[in-house]
Amino acid sequence: MDLVQLQRQLVDYRTSLYHEGFLDEQFTQLQSLQDENNPDFVVEVVSLFFEDSERLLNELSKALEQQVIDFKRMDAQVHQLKGSSSSIGAHRVQKLCIVFRNYCEAQNVEGCLKCLQQVKHEYGIIKTKLESMFQLEQQILNAGGSIPV
Amino acid sequence: MGLKLQQSYHHSVTVKVNEQMGTKRGYTFIQANRAWLPKFLLLWVMVMAFLSTWIYKKMDADNKVRRKEVLSSMCDQRARMLQDQFSVSVNHVHALAILVSTFHYYKDPSAIDQETFAEYTARTAFERPLLSGVAYAERVVHSERENFERQHGWTIKTMKREPSPIRDEYAPVIFSQETVSYIESLDMMSGEEDRENILRARATGKAVLTSPFRLLGSHHLGVVLTFPVYKSKLPPSPTEQERIEATAGYLGGAFDVESLVENLLGQLAGNQAILVNVYDITNSSDHLIMYGYQNQDGDLALLHESKLDFGDPFRKHQMICRYHQKAPTSWTALTTAFLFFVICLLVGYILYGAAIHIVKVEDDFHEMEELKVRAEAADVAKSQFLATVSHEIRTPMNGILGMLALLLDTDLSSTQRDYAQTAQVCGKALITLINEVLDRAKIEAGKLELETVPFDLRSILDDVLSLFSEKSRNKGVELAVFVSDKVPEMVMGDPGRFRQIITNLVGNSVKFTERGHIFVKVHLAENPKPMEDPKAETCLNGGSDEDALVSGARQFKTLSGYEAADERNSWDSFKHLVADEELRYDASVKMKAADEASQSVTLMVSVEDTGIGIPLIAQDRVFMPFMQADSSTSRNYGGTGIGLSITKCLVELMGGHISFISRPQVGSTFSFTTVFGRCKRASFSDTKKPNAEDLPSGFRGLKAVVVDGKPVRAAVTRYHLKRLGMLVEFANSVKIAASACGKNGSSCGSKTQPDIVLVEKDSWLSGEDGGLSLRTLDRQQNGHVFKSPKMILLATNITNAELEKARAAGFVDTTIMKPLRASMVAACLQQVLGTGKKRQPGRGMLNGSSVLGSLLCGKKILVVDDNMVNRRVAAGALKKFGAAVECAESGKAALKLLQLPHSFDACFMDIQMPEMDGFEATRRIRMMESQANEQMNGGTEEGSIRTGEWHIPILAMTADVIHATYDECLKCGMDGYVSKPFEEENLYLAVAKFFKTKPISDS
Repeated sequence: MDLVQLQRQLVDYRTSLYHEGFLDEQFTQLQSLQDENNPDFVVEVVSLFFEDSERLLNELSKALEQQVIDFKRMDAQVHQLKGSSSSIGAHRVQKLCIVFRNYCEAQNVEGCLKCLQQVKHEYGIIKTKLESMFQLEQQILNAGGSIPV
Repeated sequence: MGLKLQQSYHHSVTVKVNEQMGTKRGYTFIQANRAWLPKFLLLWVMVMAFLSTWIYKKMDADNKVRRKEVLSSMCDQRARMLQDQFSVSVNHVHALAILVSTFHYYKDPSAIDQETFAEYTARTAFERPLLSGVAYAERVVHSERENFERQHGWTIKTMKREPSPIRDEYAPVIFSQETVSYIESLDMMSGEEDRENILRARATGKAVLTSPFRLLGSHHLGVVLTFPVYKSKLPPSPTEQERIEATAGYLGGAFDVESLVENLLGQLAGNQAILVNVYDITNSSDHLIMYGYQNQDGDLALLHESKLDFGDPFRKHQMICRYHQKAPTSWTALTTAFLFFVICLLVGYILYGAAIHIVKVEDDFHEMEELKVRAEAADVAKSQFLATVSHEIRTPMNGILGMLALLLDTDLSSTQRDYAQTAQVCGKALITLINEVLDRAKIEAGKLELETVPFDLRSILDDVLSLFSEKSRNKGVELAVFVSDKVPEMVMGDPGRFRQIITNLVGNSVKFTERGHIFVKVHLAENPKPMEDPKAETCLNGGSDEDALVSGARQFKTLSGYEAADERNSWDSFKHLVADEELRYDASVKMKAADEASQSVTLMVSVEDTGIGIPLIAQDRVFMPFMQADSSTSRNYGGTGIGLSITKCLVELMGGHISFISRPQVGSTFSFTTVFGRCKRASFSDTKKPNAEDLPSGFRGLKAVVVDGKPVRAAVTRYHLKRLGMLVEFANSVKIAASACGKNGSSCGSKTQPDIVLVEKDSWLSGEDGGLSLRTLDRQQNGHVFKSPKMILLATNITNAELEKARAAGFVDTTIMKPLRASMVAACLQQVLGTGKKRQPGRGMLNGSSVLGSLLCGKKILVVDDNMVNRRVAAGALKKFGAAVECAESGKAALKLLQLPHSFDACFMDIQMPEMDGFEATRRIRMMESQANEQMNGGTEEGSIRTGEWHIPILAMTADVIHATYDECLKCGMDGYVSKPFEEENLYLAVAKFFKTKPISDS
């Protein structure tokens, strides 16, 4: 009974993530790539994403503190962030990155700062959400159940 | 999201419109000053009015000057003449004075008496026309008065005819001209004027004049001239006193100035025009009038004064002339000025009108321009809208198709499978149609480019037919396709466009046809071979013409028996086509070689229907966009009327020509030619097209008998069965078939025993003995050792009752609903024959992942992407399909890995990478490869040029899938692109071009 509840909880949670626009179908694609041969594919890719994103966000924050801001470099970094977020289906982060890039192109420091804050914020949310989802999955697996599709 | 997009787009359109308007508003001078135009006109009119006034004034002034000149010359002339005449008279009086002094005083006794004087003066009066008369008064001092009075016998009287009072001296008139005889004996000294005159005259010794007064006789104004007569000779330059002393008397004459001037003026021209006044101006303050009236009318504005000198230095006279009438209004000046003004007014008005017109035209022009810009913007907006909407439709459609694909993966019965496949095919066709709607804009802009890929014409025709099968079945319209065997299996061309053309034409036909048939026929458009070969006729199997007429009813030899517009499609010509095909089997190798040799193949496609046809008046605008036969057409049948125009464009793009024959209430036949490239056998055998339907080969060699009274329909059925590799025979009716079977069965043995008998519903129902003969047929078969042939009923539509009857009649096996399609027939046959259950045909094609697995399994693939996460995802996706994946995180790393020789089978390349982007990396890889290839070719002879030249397939991975990027990809040597993130279908399509499919059974 407990297991079934957990499973339902996971499904609900995941659906809410889709509904609220945190994730898009790309995440589904990602999940479909995970099979017996590659059981931890999603977790693996998502942690890669976390790693990569944190690095990029740090670099961006540093870049914006500089006297002379290298917008070109920032643009490339945001592009990276956009690419990886779209790859895992982090929809909101990806959207923000598009705005962020526009500001970079316009060399708008204020906009960049604002966007960086927003991206950081969204990133934080998606990170916690995904982590809690993985935890749920882990719980289900530990309880001996299977992850519902 | 979609709405927002549209809004923002709308906004940008508006902005664009405004910008364009801003730049295009080039105002001319007139346009810029339009508000001033009426003012300009007013100003012009005013200036012109001023100018004309000035002209009038000038002309008037000229006139006045001339008038004045005329007046002065006339006046002077008159004055001179008057003066001359006057002096002539004065001279004469002078002469008379000398006469008197000579004959009266120097002779003694006097030689002159009153009588003589009167006589003389009367006879010389013509000499003095101005003088009314002359008289001589003697000087008499008072002392001599008595003596004098006694001598003459009368007393001296004053002017008032009274005896003169006593004075110092008197001047009584002693001689007088008869005209003035009344003054005799009057004392001239008694009149004030005369006295003064006398005194002045004797003092100066010259003729003197009185001021003007009324003469005694006539009451005319006149002056009196007085001349002194001296009795002794005067010393040279005598003093006044000496003169007075010497004075003997005075000669006087009255000048009648009035009549004088009157006469004078009468002699001159222009007398009427001017008014002449003569004044005595001796007293400058009080001018005395001598002639004329003081206050006379006349032109007071203009006068001329001329001096008159009458020889009396004491008196001064002048003549003043005036015009009688005021200066007449100068009509010339007035008309000139007026005409000038009018002309200028007209010119001004014309200019104003022109300016107004220009302004109006320019306004119109601007308005048109604005409308044009707006229309263009609307066009852009429309395209954008179409793109958006089709995008929005495509997304859910993809979902539907995906689900159908999943559904087909499950275990389905053949019917279910057919339905699902049909749904999928239709869905795909719908997506294609949406794309076609988008392409319409491209066609209009002339930007449409045709693909050249190998494709299977027949399967496309089958697909199109299946699109419309439901509709046609509901209407009871028979839908059939026939492709001549001579048409190559694979042709090079644009399958999408070809499909679009067929869809359009068949769609139209289905729409407008309520009964009969729709028949698509494809054959080579090469000149029909002369049918001299008698074999052509004999080859026809059971197609004897006389049987075509069934049971007396008027039947046409067309597919359904209804009349068609174009007779060429009837059996008469069709049989040649079929015959042609028969010939092909024993055609010489030479001919085949000739066929193969030509690079292109021209196909003639015709779509025949027995619909309502096209009204004659509408026939010439059929291919015009948005034109339908009449407005009721769209009401009854719907549609926009753009389909045929697109079709025409497409056909022409394909190098063909479209035409039609239509007869109202009979039907229409659209035929078009199109040129396709011939497909080299080698090229399409190794590249399996995903759209090429695989027909199962399990039916090869089976024998079938088609029972159909209509040869065209029978040929169509045979065409489909032939595609399945079956051998087909015709039978006109069930009876014939039965007898044939029976005969075969008994005499010839199993050799010709049919495996399948397909009976057309019409043939079965039309024969009264249908059921019976079939039963006979059945019995015969049953009696035989061989298994009975499968009985299949072919029907366009069938009612339940008929179905029951059919079952009762022995058609237990199955019914195939038309339109026929090879794949559907195959599916049904499979069911009937119980073969191929385990392996569904075409399953592999529709299941992307298994194919992808077979494609990618064991391939070594390089993924180049600077983004760690992307790299991992791409690698994961490819690994899932069994590929061995290696990753590189930059273009440079990729170059290093791809140093020749390498063992990679393909490379997926991200485009946007720092340092070296995907394009650049690809360029370098290609350069490397071409160098290597050259070296290889240079080293060995051309014999070694094999397909193994270095060319690694490089696929771009990109997030934006716009066309420009794709072009760029191809330009720098890439082979294709996959959109990022990966999707199965997408990946499959891209990869399928490079890797051969391994048969599924192997994998």
